[in-house]
Amino acid sequence: MSAPTYPTARTMSSAERPPRSNARGDRWVGWGDRIYGALITACALAIPLLLVLVAAIIARSAWPAVSTVGAELVTGTTWDVPRGQFGALPAILGTLASSLLSLIIATPLALGVAIFVSELAPPAIRRPFAFLVDVLAAIPSVVYGLWALYVLVPFLREVVMPFLGDTLGLGALPLFKGPAYGPSLLAASLVLSIMILPYIAAVARELLQAVPRSQREAALALGATRWEMVRDAVLPYARSGLVGAAILGLGRALGETMAVTMVIGNRHELPSSLFQPAYTMASLLANEFNEASGALHVSALMAVAGILLAITLIVNAIARWLVWRMEART
Amino acid sequence: MSALAAPSRVQRTERMARRRRMGSFMTVVVWCAALLSVVPLILIAAHLIIGGARVLSPTFFTALPAPPGVSGGGVANGVAGTLVLLGIASVIGMPIGLGAGLYLAEHGRTRLATIVRYLSDVLSGLPSIVVGIFAWELIVRPSGQFSALAGGFALGMIMIPLVARATEEMVRLVPVALREAALALGFTRWRSSLQIVLRTALPGIVTAALVAVARVAGETAPLLFTAFGTPFWSLRLDRPIAALPLQIYNYATSPYDDWRAQAWGGALVLIALVLVISIIARRVTRSRFGAATGGARGD
Repeated sequence: MSAPTYPTARTMSSAERPPRSNARGDRWVGWGDRIYGALITACALAIPLLLVLVAAIIARSAWPAVSTVGAELVTGTTWDVPRGQFGALPAILGTLASSLLSLIIATPLALGVAIFVSELAPPAIRRPFAFLVDVLAAIPSVVYGLWALYVLVPFLREVVMPFLGDTLGLGALPLFKGPAYGPSLLAASLVLSIMILPYIAAVARELLQAVPRSQREAALALGATRWEMVRDAVLPYARSGLVGAAILGLGRALGETMAVTMVIGNRHELPSSLFQPAYTMASLLANEFNEASGALHVSALMAVAGILLAITLIVNAIARWLVWRMEART
Repeated sequence: MSALAAPSRVQRTERMARRRRMGSFMTVVVWCAALLSVVPLILIAAHLIIGGARVLSPTFFTALPAPPGVSGGGVANGVAGTLVLLGIASVIGMPIGLGAGLYLAEHGRTRLATIVRYLSDVLSGLPSIVVGIFAWELIVRPSGQFSALAGGFALGMIMIPLVARATEEMVRLVPVALREAALALGFTRWRSSLQIVLRTALPGIVTAALVAVARVAGETAPLLFTAFGTPFWSLRLDRPIAALPLQIYNYATSPYDDWRAQAWGGALVLIALVLVISIIARRVTRSRFGAATGGARGD
């Protein structure tokens, strides 16, 4: 039925494989391969090694604070350096709140972009449009921060917040209460959503393009409209991968530092309203690490870095697994 | 099913019309989402050009930062510092990334390769500020000195997974027949890997490496506690060094109007730098030698 398969170097067992030497019988030949193999293996092993090293070094430096402050580090709400109170709960919740909010804003739009580029856009504008979205991903975080600080934040303070709070009367809800500060949880979430959108869109686009042609053709042959094909054939096929893409965006948002630090207002309080300043773990580190006073302060910040590291690693591990599973299937 | 009356002709056309309406509606929704997504890009570009053009002048590239209140001043040391940092990062990140990528391509499905591939994806998701803190603890704290070396190390570490995965992808595009032909001609494995396979994949790898450089060029968070920045001219590797992203951050968050205006100029220069690197990267792939692998990638 199929063509006969010939053994190749890869499929032969070591016993069958011809001896490794060339016609000259040079006994150094094997050494070249061994050195080359050892070198690239060492490079490959550097990656897990680095990860372990990061975790170990941060854990070691965080230990003094963890043993002194204990559980208060993650449950305490007061961050008062002179009094030795290191409660990072506001920063932890602020990180989670701003990231989740940005995910809620960015995911539908990113999915729209991915569907647009891979399914619905006229062929002529697909590549230019995908390029524009890629450019969005290439803008450095600090430039986003600069733009958000001087353009987005004033716009929010003068136009959007009064509109949402007073004109629409949402100010009565706890989520929108309080005076309209410019730098706020809302500002941070918005700039984060702009930043993670291209990442989610890029992964989602690749996943959609990986959906076999036969799926689409089958749907169309059954009389589906273009949109029904997307909804019933393409999206379900890529579902788990798309969830992974969104979580990948969440991972980005969790660790994002500069833009958030510049617009979130940096206030040590539990995030309660979208209009109020908040804090994130990453911006806490950016603001205090260089001015840390005393060993305990440094150690407490290391502990915060460790918490951030743990959360992002878990989120990334889950996301990658979901995307991989989808890619392995196609 | 058979118990149900077949839908009448009118019902069928009505349902079809509804499905068509739904299709058009969702098409409009998707178009809107796509257009809305690029609005920030247009706004940012416009503000950058307007804000940047106001301070850009030849001296902006040649002058050192001026103290607040003194007009003029530039980002000469920041541009130079960023280039130095990128150089160190490339020296650290590229060989390791390249080696790891070759390993992944050659040992494709083995368990270790799978683990390394997975972990390199995880590593690329590491928050860059954590990388900065790691470099601080590893280099700055023991040496008691902020340094260009520590900053370059942090950036290099971010480059490793980017270069590794891109190298793997490019090497995999090289036809197996090419490698087998080399082996059949009596090439040793390492020579066939380096002289045949790597050389064929090289344009694609160079492109990927340049993309990685462009990607870390704008990184700020890893430099806060490592390169630290300085208002003076310094290219010493064991001393704090200025960097364009750090200057933008410091200027943007400062209370001085002069500095805030310069932040826009700095941002425009940084974006220009990133774009130039990216354009060179695309050019490399499109060059004559890139026809073999660059074309296959389809972008």
